[in-house]
Amino acid sequence: MPLSGLDIYKLLPKTNCRRCGLSTCLAFAMQLAKKTMSADKCPFISEQTKKLLEEQSQPAIRTLILGEGKDRFEAGGETVMFRHEEKFRNPCGIGFVIEDSLSDEEIASRVKKINSLKFERVGQVLDVNMVAVRQNSDQKRFVRATEIVMDSTGLPVVLMGSSPASLRQAASAASERKPLLYCATKDNFTQIASIAKDFRLPVVVSAPSLDELSYVTKELVSLGVDALLLDTGRKPLSEKIWDATQIRRQALKKANRALGYPEFVMAENDDPYEEAAEAAVHITKYASVIILKGIQSWEALSVLTLRQNIYTDPQKPLQIEPRLYPVGEAGENSPVLVTTNFSLTYYTVLGEVEASKIPSYIISVDTEGMSVLTAWAAEKFTAQAISDSLENSGIKKMIKHKNLIIPGYVAVLSGELEEKSGFKVIVGPKEAAGISSFLKNLN
Amino acid sequence: MEIEEILEKWSGGVYSVSIGACAEDGGSRKNTVRIGGQKSLPLLFKEGDIPNRPVIAFEIWDIPPQDWPEGLVSSYGKAPEDPLIWAQMCVKDFGARLLCLRLQGAHPDCGDKSPEECARFVSSLLEKVSVPLIIIGSGDDAKDNLVMPACSEAAKSERCLLGCATQENYKTLAASALADGHSIIAESPIDINIAKQLNILISDMGFALDRIVINPTIGALGYGLEYAYSIMERGRIAALSGDKTLSSPFICFTGQESWKAKEAKGGDKQGVIWEIITASSLIQAGADILVMRHPEAAKRVFGHISVLFGGNNSDH
Repeated sequence: MPLSGLDIYKLLPKTNCRRCGLSTCLAFAMQLAKKTMSADKCPFISEQTKKLLEEQSQPAIRTLILGEGKDRFEAGGETVMFRHEEKFRNPCGIGFVIEDSLSDEEIASRVKKINSLKFERVGQVLDVNMVAVRQNSDQKRFVRATEIVMDSTGLPVVLMGSSPASLRQAASAASERKPLLYCATKDNFTQIASIAKDFRLPVVVSAPSLDELSYVTKELVSLGVDALLLDTGRKPLSEKIWDATQIRRQALKKANRALGYPEFVMAENDDPYEEAAEAAVHITKYASVIILKGIQSWEALSVLTLRQNIYTDPQKPLQIEPRLYPVGEAGENSPVLVTTNFSLTYYTVLGEVEASKIPSYIISVDTEGMSVLTAWAAEKFTAQAISDSLENSGIKKMIKHKNLIIPGYVAVLSGELEEKSGFKVIVGPKEAAGISSFLKNLN
Repeated sequence: MEIEEILEKWSGGVYSVSIGACAEDGGSRKNTVRIGGQKSLPLLFKEGDIPNRPVIAFEIWDIPPQDWPEGLVSSYGKAPEDPLIWAQMCVKDFGARLLCLRLQGAHPDCGDKSPEECARFVSSLLEKVSVPLIIIGSGDDAKDNLVMPACSEAAKSERCLLGCATQENYKTLAASALADGHSIIAESPIDINIAKQLNILISDMGFALDRIVINPTIGALGYGLEYAYSIMERGRIAALSGDKTLSSPFICFTGQESWKAKEAKGGDKQGVIWEIITASSLIQAGADILVMRHPEAAKRVFGHISVLFGGNNSDH
């Protein structure tokens, strides 16, 4: 259980000496509980208390860095059960498995396809994160397959060896890329620990029960290996949800260090639809790394988009810079549309304007990332705000007309906006989907 | 040391709502569909009773669909040209156990059908298919207030689910549904406080809370899905914590939203998977009814629900 401010207060000198900069020990204790100050600020604190507070200040779920170089990513570090409580922090890594039984050419072309799975949505690049090489035959082939993968991609690699000896060989060949070792079990953890220590690599611990998982993680930590991910193996999907929920609850609610690691899930399925639906479950329910099989771009795009959605900060909607955006070869007679600076709204409008093939100007008003109706209700999308944006955007010098298209939902602003801006207001469609035909029929 | 599992203890639960009335209940349906009744968060079976699975309702219109992508319409062949044939196809060919009829043809811009015409359509539909119905209006408040009472009466004692009541327009629909023995969909714009408020307003009219289903208004994958996802999670946690005014099951119009997405129009598979992921992620937030459009997506989500709940495909 995390210590409360009062718990910490009991461990402090209670002299109110102010050396920490605060007027009372209680105030200092409250800051320590919130983790906004460090215990070092108190010169009189006992070593024992300091150690306790340090342990306390470690995140409940470890954050690991996977891979090396520009494609490395962070996994774990989560602090809540539900995204509305704060946010989910590190978007789960999405990886793809490659069998070493494929031919050299097949491996290279599959990796090439994986590298190409990059999409742009609402101003963000969505990409995949890992390649997992799985051993099906002898050691030599496994090492060779690992080398081909490393030559073909900078993505972090997971080594799925069928024996510690094979893993050691492949780890040695791939060591500078900091591959993730799969996997340590109750039977082989001493051997895996020695590989992990020799090459300083992270390890997936696999066990069917939480008891066994925490046994192995404790043993590994005592052997000096603590960059771990947790895997509960193949099970019915509802049991996977239960495991993932329990692991996160154990870490967050009981501060159980032995289970305070990110979760790793193998979710391969031959059917891309089923695989994506299962991936969706793991994205929403607590996985930090998900390994799939299907590399079709339509499957990857849907999985990556869900990850983008779920890991969006609920307090901070995605925003774009509020300014004037010309679309196509916009000129002095082009229509002018106004919308908000909420990314989703802007990019939806942009898509429809592009689809109309009519060069236009879009002015995004600073609504602090709110959508049209929300911004209108919160008085961020007012006649005054729109009028100011028109003024500041410089649009008046770029066009010969004085017509302005506003979203249908804020038709009520028309009169006041005409007065304030001097523009003639044309009420556009309520839904962005209507913009394309609206623009085509404008004249 | 054995790890002690952490179990949440909930004091509340979701109301169980039944759709459709068979002969013994004064209706003419061959099956009924029961939703809700959970005493736990989605899929956490060890923590509380989860008596019913999420169900899929096939969305059909009273007129051939407009603005549906070509690939979506053609997944039903030529059937959508005759909505009654379309409805029967959903039941016979795709195993639908629940249909959601949208009276789009009543909309002033889509044919402006009279209340009598709409009521006749509902009567014919009830004759042609024997599954329970969800009936929703055209989205034009003024017109729906004329059409829905007529349709409600035409389906009297069939225990349909009628929608959508909103904060600005709920009285007419609620009065009709109450008089004719139907349940009601309460729609709120991704806002948990309005959802709660509307449930209170409707129950103040004499509606039992176990006859209300919340439409939280969803966004599709990539189009604000996460807002609905979190509103639903918060609503469900409130329900389990004992807030009876938020203890209604959720209906999600996944088909309608998914097929608006630009990505869904980018190819058949992309569209189908867009609807599948929209639906399967919302199941994790507590969706009870998924109103779907593409038969392949519906089939896949049904399969996914079977995987989640274990067991066979006996109960569509």
